[in-house]
Amino acid sequence: MWSFSKISKLIDSWLSVNFSSTWTMVIEMVIAGIAVITLFALLGLVLVLMERRVAAWIQIRLGPNRVGPGGMLQSLADTLKLLVKEGMTPDGADKFLFNLAPFIAMIVAMLLMAPIAFASNFQLWDLNIGVLYVTAISSLMVISILMAGWASNNKYSLMGAMRSGAQIVSYELSAGLSIMSIVVLSGSLNLNEIIQSQADGWWLFKGHIPVVIAFIIFIIAVTAETNRAPFDLAEAESELTAGFHTEYSGMKFALFFLAEYINVFIVCAIGATLFLGGWMPFHIGHWQAFNHVMDFIPSSIWFFGKTFFLIFLIMWFRWTFPRLRIDQLLDLEWKYLLPISMFNILLITLMAILGWHF
Amino acid sequence: MFILKYIKEVYNGLKSLVVGLRRTLYYFSHHKEIITQQYPDNRDTLVFPDRFKGEVVMLHDDNNEHACTGCTACELACPNATIKIITKFDITPEGKKKKAIDKFVYHLELCTMCNLCVVACPTNAIKMAQTFEHSVFNRAELTKVLNKPASKIREGVE
Repeated sequence: MWSFSKISKLIDSWLSVNFSSTWTMVIEMVIAGIAVITLFALLGLVLVLMERRVAAWIQIRLGPNRVGPGGMLQSLADTLKLLVKEGMTPDGADKFLFNLAPFIAMIVAMLLMAPIAFASNFQLWDLNIGVLYVTAISSLMVISILMAGWASNNKYSLMGAMRSGAQIVSYELSAGLSIMSIVVLSGSLNLNEIIQSQADGWWLFKGHIPVVIAFIIFIIAVTAETNRAPFDLAEAESELTAGFHTEYSGMKFALFFLAEYINVFIVCAIGATLFLGGWMPFHIGHWQAFNHVMDFIPSSIWFFGKTFFLIFLIMWFRWTFPRLRIDQLLDLEWKYLLPISMFNILLITLMAILGWHF
Repeated sequence: MFILKYIKEVYNGLKSLVVGLRRTLYYFSHHKEIITQQYPDNRDTLVFPDRFKGEVVMLHDDNNEHACTGCTACELACPNATIKIITKFDITPEGKKKKAIDKFVYHLELCTMCNLCVVACPTNAIKMAQTFEHSVFNRAELTKVLNKPASKIREGVE
């Protein structure tokens, strides 16, 4: 049976037969880069369309239905439109930073793609501190937002960027703590080992109520970290026009837009890896017969299925809840999420020491 | 107690969020609830809500008779002078003069479909029709005369 790991091994062995080891490395890196960019483009198209469909159905509408069969090509048409639009730079803007910011956003999103395991034995970079790497790099996102807000020389942009800074810095804490709870339980920072530790059941089911609480806090915190409604104060269409990307147009705006969706995908992939077992099929303890049946479904389908389920969850939040005010936002983090997740991680540590999980 | 109040707050907050999520999930999964329509495609099968108001029309029966007495109640009720009633005097068989409408002029371009004229009408001579494709190339076409040519007031309507 074909799988991603098999294909990658075939390519690797074919390259190492035909080229020297240095060239093999170089060509593999180029292939990986192209694959990541292709995945980005595809994700952008699929997620935008998915968002519009979910939004339409939740709001009792039909959604895009003119371009292509059932509106399937709508996001492609939007991309084409953005490509041919003029990318303007305002006169008063800091031109270098203004033009650099969208690329920083994209680069951060690309870097985050590295440690994610898309299927069994299919990973760009299997590094032993994967979780730490992800939390560290994802907080770089705020730099691009602040850069865009500051360089635009626009009050709306700056206010949006400052709000986003306050938001990301505070929500990083509870997201980090809920990620820590899984690290405590699995005893490893390596994403692959965390997945392997879920071979007899996902942490969400093995870890009783404290892990469920950690999962809920994680979902809330990453929704805030990716600046999506109900925490989209950074762009807040009704108050700040579009926040930090008010002044952007054309492809530079599209890069910000794409980076938002890629970030959503990545945090959902991380959430799926930590709490729902990544590419690990649904296993119940040591019930071999059931586990074997589940193994027939390819691991990549498990991974993308779980990730898209979490993405749907986040979209569902976006189209259900109204936007929070900035003080309510900080209240929620510092008065509720942080104390609860601190108490929660104590409970989970106790659980891990006494071996109370399955 | 402080801690009890805190837990209660968190519980109530989560509960209210779940209520909202359940409603939107219901709409997400029940496509029969969708209220928008594929407009130009389903022109033949368009379904209008009962209260949709398109334009004012005057009701005529088979004998080309309407119920408008020319009392100008609608003209007075109209907030932005959409309706102008031009009256004339008919001679009844008994030789008396009787007031009747000559032209019921309706300016669709000024109308806000507020329904006040229909409410004001004492004889239910006018009503709101459910048409909506009103765009024309010449603005003069929007000024309409609602009573049909040679139409009369119905017998017995005072």
